[in-house]
Amino acid sequence: MTANGWLQFIVYFVVLLVCVRPLGIYMAKVFEGKLHFLRPFERLIYRVSGVRSDEEMTWKEYTVAMLLFSFVSLILTYVFERLQHVLPWNPQHLPGVEAFLAWNTAASFTTNTNWQAYSNDVTMSYFTQMAGLAYHNFFSAAAGIAVAIALVRGVARREAKTIGNFWVDVTRTCLYVLVPLCIVFALVLVSQGVIQNLHPYTVAHTLEHQTQTIAQGPVASQEAIKELGTNGGGFFSANSAHPFENPTAFSNFIEMFLIFLIGGALTVTLGRMTGSPGHGWAIFACMSILFAAGFTVCYWAESQPSPVLHGVTQQASALQPGGNMEGKEARFGITDSSMFATITTDASCGAVNSMHDSYMPLGGMVPLINIMLGEIIFGGVGSGLYGMIIYVVLSVFIAGLMVGRTPEYLGKKIESYDVKMTMLYVLIFPLVILVLTAIGVLTHAGLSSLANNGPHGLTEILYAYVSTAGNNGSAFAGLNANTKFYNITTGFNMLTGRFLMMIPMLALAGNLARKKSVPPSPGTFPVNTPLFTVLLTSVILIVGALTFFPALSLGPILEHLLLHHGVLFS
Amino acid sequence: MRNTLVIAIRYTIITTILLGIGYPLLVTGLAQLMMPAKANGSLITRDGQVVGSALIGQGFTSPRYFHSRPSAAGNGWDATSSGGSNLGPTNQALMTRIDAAVAQWHKDDPEAKGPVPIGLVTTSGSGLDPDISPEGALYQVPMVAAARHLPEETVRALVESHIEGRQFGFLGEPTVNVLELNLALDALPGQSQTSK
Repeated sequence: MTANGWLQFIVYFVVLLVCVRPLGIYMAKVFEGKLHFLRPFERLIYRVSGVRSDEEMTWKEYTVAMLLFSFVSLILTYVFERLQHVLPWNPQHLPGVEAFLAWNTAASFTTNTNWQAYSNDVTMSYFTQMAGLAYHNFFSAAAGIAVAIALVRGVARREAKTIGNFWVDVTRTCLYVLVPLCIVFALVLVSQGVIQNLHPYTVAHTLEHQTQTIAQGPVASQEAIKELGTNGGGFFSANSAHPFENPTAFSNFIEMFLIFLIGGALTVTLGRMTGSPGHGWAIFACMSILFAAGFTVCYWAESQPSPVLHGVTQQASALQPGGNMEGKEARFGITDSSMFATITTDASCGAVNSMHDSYMPLGGMVPLINIMLGEIIFGGVGSGLYGMIIYVVLSVFIAGLMVGRTPEYLGKKIESYDVKMTMLYVLIFPLVILVLTAIGVLTHAGLSSLANNGPHGLTEILYAYVSTAGNNGSAFAGLNANTKFYNITTGFNMLTGRFLMMIPMLALAGNLARKKSVPPSPGTFPVNTPLFTVLLTSVILIVGALTFFPALSLGPILEHLLLHHGVLFS
Repeated sequence: MRNTLVIAIRYTIITTILLGIGYPLLVTGLAQLMMPAKANGSLITRDGQVVGSALIGQGFTSPRYFHSRPSAAGNGWDATSSGGSNLGPTNQALMTRIDAAVAQWHKDDPEAKGPVPIGLVTTSGSGLDPDISPEGALYQVPMVAAARHLPEETVRALVESHIEGRQFGFLGEPTVNVLELNLALDALPGQSQTSK
């Protein structure tokens, strides 16, 4: 760990802190319908699709619209993949994508996971990348934000039947928030060297008289929304480690910034729309604590020399980053790699600028834990906020039990139905992960994909299911996930992790909206204090630890102990 | 429900046209207009021929050139198959590979002092890392100087002039771009361009 490393971390955090407030306030205005400068585009979309923008929806109607839209757009992307050989913008004449892989990828991008089972840069045509994959980068992000806003409305409204209009929320998110930011930041990325063209691949003649085929494509436009929408699906299989996706330290900084930007700003939006700005900041503080803790552990672990290497210098100096450089780029070194790994898994992004599979055991455990906690540390756009509100409800419930009063959250009584929906959300996640991991380690189909043996192998399988259920999409990529077994199970897992968790969320939103508001009394547990932040942080850590500690102790923790005894696996 | 399905279909079509096709084409147009060299891959040409991209690493085996880091992209430096080794820290295969790389360096660069810098024996995340650390470049000075019959000071000075510091003074790590350094080597007076 170096002074420069900490400086980079602090600058990053300060820039984020400065930017979330204006964006959060702007988004509150967007969702309250106070901004109209893009009205012509809005109207065009509503008219063509037959949306009645002035009609609001009940939580059930909202859920149905969200599910049907996801279904239709999933099918369309599947069709694009299968038929890409007859569609335009395919200068490399790539064939249609194989059925299981096409299904897995369509499910993956629809659910904001962007898990990529294929491991080759020459799989998807430019058309599939743009109209199929980047399209979902916009709309899976917008759908996540819409659900979060619906939940916020549920908290803010009193005795209301409706929670907003899904089509309007999604359209406004895209037009007013995502597209303008993406156009600007895509061009900033191009200025650093990220490519943006529709040319065929370039053939170079290297200095040693070899030929090198260099892949091209419309990368920057996808890169911007990939990070801003916490999608994470790389244009290339090396993702943000690829120099054409992430060429410089500054492009890396921008990408990390975009990943947290909306998740951070939504806490401000929550505070604004519920009339309790302090509550938004209390949540922001909790997220910041967990972010800093994760980065510290990961950065420390990756800076350590490996005890089993000899004849090499692993010491950090002014002339080299040192530490564990396997799977890391020279321009990023240890600091920018471990920071990116922490951020991409705090959020549900899943872009990587280094290979998590090659991390030290405890370094790789940090991304894993981040996803296990539910990606609520700034989190996926929208999903981070509603996941966090689940923990908030749980925290006020526990606080209520401690003093023996009916818990309240921002004037809403938290009753049995609300706690049931909350617990459903909390339980579905570990249930699918642990059951599927157990199947993976007990079957030949699961084990035959491993790249590393011993405890690291368990971590590879566990990470695959944690990542897909959490809609993260990053991987311990040594695992060959492009098999029938993994394409089917991870595809199922992604859909479960997305939609089975959104439905209780919207039910909770609908139920909260119906309730009366009760004025705060001396017995009300305030949700805008440091005490609340501490309680919330503790609840998150306790729930996470109770659920996953046994699996972690057999994976990364055991591997760490064995590594320091010099035990290797072949 | 059926009504909602119809809306969903129409909505998907119109937004695919606007955001799936319109947005990337708009960005492509702007990028090509404003920054064509970067948007097309920062390609480097010499004598009218594309020799590579400043951003994409390529393999070097001759002692006349500085070597890049080992690559796990395809069969090495395959810029259509990017990726890392994904070998874990307790994998015997990783240790065997690194030990072999260390032995190879001692053979290629016998005059170099001290242990091998870690960056020179580890694969990068992309397999296309265009850079090495300054330490990794300085380590190779004796090898390149001997192969080119140049004084070590000349080669070392060339390396030092090619060190790119942290961006804005604090972001990222100092690096040396291998392709640009090797092109500069070839451009030194009296140095031919082929290694055959």
